[in-house]
Amino acid sequence: MWFHNLQELRHSASLANKVFIQRDYSEGTTCKFQTKFPSELETRIERSLFEDTVKTLNNYYAEAEKIGGQSYLEGCLACATAYLIFLCMETRYEKVLKKIAKYIQEQNEKIYAPRGLLITDPIERGMRVIEISIYEDRGSSGSSSSSSSVSGSTTR
Amino acid sequence: MHLGVSESMRECEYSQISTRSSTPMETPYKKKTPKRRKWESFPGRNKFYCDGRIMMAKQTGVFYLTLVLILATCGLFFTFDCPFLALQLTPIIPVIGGVLFLFVLGSLLRTSFSDPGVLPRATPDEAADLERQIDVANGSTGYRPPPRTKEVVINGQTVKLKYCFTCKIFRPPRASHCSLCDNCVERFDHHCPWVGNCVGRRNYRFFYMFILSLSFLTIFIFAFVITHIILRSHHSGFLNALKDSPASVLEVVVCFFSVWSIVGLSGFHTYLISSNQTTNEDIKGSWSSKRGKDNYNPYSYGNIFTNCCAALCGPLPPSLIDRRGFIQSDAPQMAPPTNGITMYGATQSQQSHMAATTPLLQQQTSEPVILTASPENGILSGRTALSLGGPCTSLPLGQPTPPTSTPSLSCHEVVDMLPIHTHTHSHAHTHPHPHNHTHPLQDPMAHHHFLTPEEVPSPPGMLPCGSPMGHSPTVQAGFYNPASQDSLHEDSVRGLVKLSSV
Repeated sequence: MWFHNLQELRHSASLANKVFIQRDYSEGTTCKFQTKFPSELETRIERSLFEDTVKTLNNYYAEAEKIGGQSYLEGCLACATAYLIFLCMETRYEKVLKKIAKYIQEQNEKIYAPRGLLITDPIERGMRVIEISIYEDRGSSGSSSSSSSVSGSTTR
Repeated sequence: MHLGVSESMRECEYSQISTRSSTPMETPYKKKTPKRRKWESFPGRNKFYCDGRIMMAKQTGVFYLTLVLILATCGLFFTFDCPFLALQLTPIIPVIGGVLFLFVLGSLLRTSFSDPGVLPRATPDEAADLERQIDVANGSTGYRPPPRTKEVVINGQTVKLKYCFTCKIFRPPRASHCSLCDNCVERFDHHCPWVGNCVGRRNYRFFYMFILSLSFLTIFIFAFVITHIILRSHHSGFLNALKDSPASVLEVVVCFFSVWSIVGLSGFHTYLISSNQTTNEDIKGSWSSKRGKDNYNPYSYGNIFTNCCAALCGPLPPSLIDRRGFIQSDAPQMAPPTNGITMYGATQSQQSHMAATTPLLQQQTSEPVILTASPENGILSGRTALSLGGPCTSLPLGQPTPPTSTPSLSCHEVVDMLPIHTHTHSHAHTHPHPHNHTHPLQDPMAHHHFLTPEEVPSPPGMLPCGSPMGHSPTVQAGFYNPASQDSLHEDSVRGLVKLSSV
């Protein structure tokens, strides 16, 4: 049941279910995800680990969208150079997105894949949701979670 | 419409269940086999050029008109007026003119060619998950349609998030669905035919810089052409001056009428930016104090300076649609639960569009479609307000109004009106301008179509009716495949199931 890397997860497990963490709009249109722990993950991962991941992601996004001295400088510089500067330079948002991708990769490898879970980067879902795929081990006779029992049986 | 259907079908063909897929983290940057790029199967009604680098709306005729007017007027200015002015006054005049002209052109092209902030449509799994949540919330009792709104409290103000039937998502606050481009756009301002694109989160600052610099340019040209004529008439009399430089007359006429409209528009948008509102919100009066004492704008930062800086110098978010990425066989998808189909059939209001196409089912369509018609009354008043007020009024283009004025319109009637709807859509922007102005050149950059571009809220059938239209004959004749991953097929399948359950 324990997978040592993501490839192994793919090859030997079948997708049982997907959980979608929706956006939290209580602070406006800035990118923030709900930290509510979904019930489907209760048996799979500790609440604190999950919350840490989501909180860190939220912090990254807040950093990307922060309006302050540095972003003004970047904006004015870009305007002054007719935005040609972005041919050589990355925007701050893009830099933070790269950091996020690396963070998610690392979290998947260290924490989620060993538990049969996989996080999809929100940018691939239009920043609407954090998609967490729940895998069932094909090898074992496996206890399936109740919500996935129907789909589980159809995939087998 | 049909194009949108076939494109979304094509898109679905690529998301196959794959047991040997690559990790979702890696996107293939090297082309091993000729792979298609994502823009080629984009479900919205946009046009792409330069292999996906340029993105515009479907109707671009007016954009070319804008371009021609700017180029022609400036061309005439530089050819006929500048030599005289440079000699008589100072050569700095053509230099400043040139800089302004380049700035205007740059910001125009940037506004027109960039992604306004389109939200990609929900993947089938996401859509299914949302449906499940909505059904759970409602208890799936009988045929009562689920309310497709969600309320959220933002900075103390209650905001309603609407469900988009086309994109199958709950729209984020301030997002809106553009019926012309058939996309949900973040922080939707309006669809501007002059610029040939929607104006949204990612290109609003470019749009603002365009109209601001264009105001300066038109005032500049106007002032210096007048100066030119005056100086010439000192030498040789007024009429001779006009004869010597006939282009100046044309320029004066164009600029005179442009100045009023463009400067007015710039002023309006300056007001919008300083109060952190979108055109959409202003027209609907979402945050006006007339709606209630406690009604305030939750997005405003409180002071004008911060609002302006946030809108113009804030960070530029990346495009969410990744148009130049390659389409890859997706990560394994869940097989749609077979029990879900009958469950959907019971509560689905979307399937009513399928029912609409067969006269047999007409009696069914009467109840479910009425939906959240009542909360949309605010929209109705907003739409009528569209024809009044505002410095740049839009035409109350016929297409959204007929369905909303009769919220109890059932889907089959809407479907009948649909050809008219699409017909007026395509004509809406090509001919109303000559109607609007007696002289086409009078307001060349003038009126923006502030379309409240929400898809018609109460009869959800409007867009969902449209998209499977081309589908219905095949499905009715066709096969029932519960494991199909085509979401349109699923809708049709649900309709068939509902038919059989009656």
